[in-house]
Amino acid sequence: MQSLIRRTLMSRMLLVWSLVLAATFVYTRPAMAEYGDVVINNYSDAAGMRPVVFAHWFHRVRFTCKVCHADLGFKFKAGGNQINMLKIIDGKYCGACHNGSIAWSVSNCNLCHSGKPGTPTQVHESTLQELATPAKATVTK
Amino acid sequence: MNYLPKLMQFALLSVLLNAPAAIAAQPAKESAGKAAPVVSAASASQAQPAAAIPQAIPFNRLMRVAPRRHLPPPEDGLRDPASAETAFLQPPLEVFPALPQTQSGLGNGVNWVAALNDGKITPRWDRLDPTAEAMVMDMSIVRVPKSTMPDVVFPHKQHTQWLDCSNCHPDIFVPQQGANQISMAAIILGQKCGVCHGKVAFPVSECRRCHSQPKVEAQPKQVDAKGGAKP
Repeated sequence: MQSLIRRTLMSRMLLVWSLVLAATFVYTRPAMAEYGDVVINNYSDAAGMRPVVFAHWFHRVRFTCKVCHADLGFKFKAGGNQINMLKIIDGKYCGACHNGSIAWSVSNCNLCHSGKPGTPTQVHESTLQELATPAKATVTK
Repeated sequence: MNYLPKLMQFALLSVLLNAPAAIAAQPAKESAGKAAPVVSAASASQAQPAAAIPQAIPFNRLMRVAPRRHLPPPEDGLRDPASAETAFLQPPLEVFPALPQTQSGLGNGVNWVAALNDGKITPRWDRLDPTAEAMVMDMSIVRVPKSTMPDVVFPHKQHTQWLDCSNCHPDIFVPQQGANQISMAAIILGQKCGVCHGKVAFPVSECRRCHSQPKVEAQPKQVDAKGGAKP
């Protein structure tokens, strides 16, 4: 009985470690977008739009973090804000600036909705993402 | 299925622990491939400072620096080149060459704090008012890690140049000495410092930008009066 338990435990450990090893060696060609680019695909795919790609670098050149993350109430979480076009047109979230006076207005759909269809919500190149596709992912041509 | 999160956690930790062994097993394979120059360059730059002064172990080679190419939006792999408007988006190389770079090239490769202090960028503190200025608080906090890593100097100054107090306090960090348990595991999983560092602010693989103050013997806690952490 004990040996049976031990064997199942062993095989489970083996499975986990082989998964880990496999993950270490898997090669995936990375997207080469910028560090911190956020893909937001809460509703886009379902609505037949491209997902939104938010370029952090572009915005932090122009605004401090505080403007969006304190004043406008953006949470520090990709996809965690349940942003939709209604709120934006209402002047909330992106709409606080993207109203045609500070930045381009919502009529320029594809400037924000620019991601490849089907791209999941993510912070591009975040540490966690790097660990999920490790080692080889950083080697490119 | 309720053991799945546990399993994921374990797998992640295993990846971390497994990293040196797994990579040590690779060199033969890699030297044959195209990756060789990248790998040797990375290991050389890591080895040099270590040889000069005996220091803590260089952190996790899983997080090797990818060659930064700063491709324009239509070619960046994330945006859809099929959309004509993608071409209108500003390419990073219109901006980045004018900004100070970090030595490691990690993250964007841009030293954002230096860019702000040098006046290379003037991000607005207020959405509408271009003249509004940040309320900068110049107070550094030294945290003493349990490991052999150098002490962490947390400069409020550089953080309050970008952020409001309410961004971190009290949700992420309790504003009270000794009230915050911080570990690298938590940070890598996106908690505590990892809410920004590793996503937008410089990643945790730039160990020495936080772990910047050599350990002091017999003086467990010390506040840096000058507020001088490396930017």
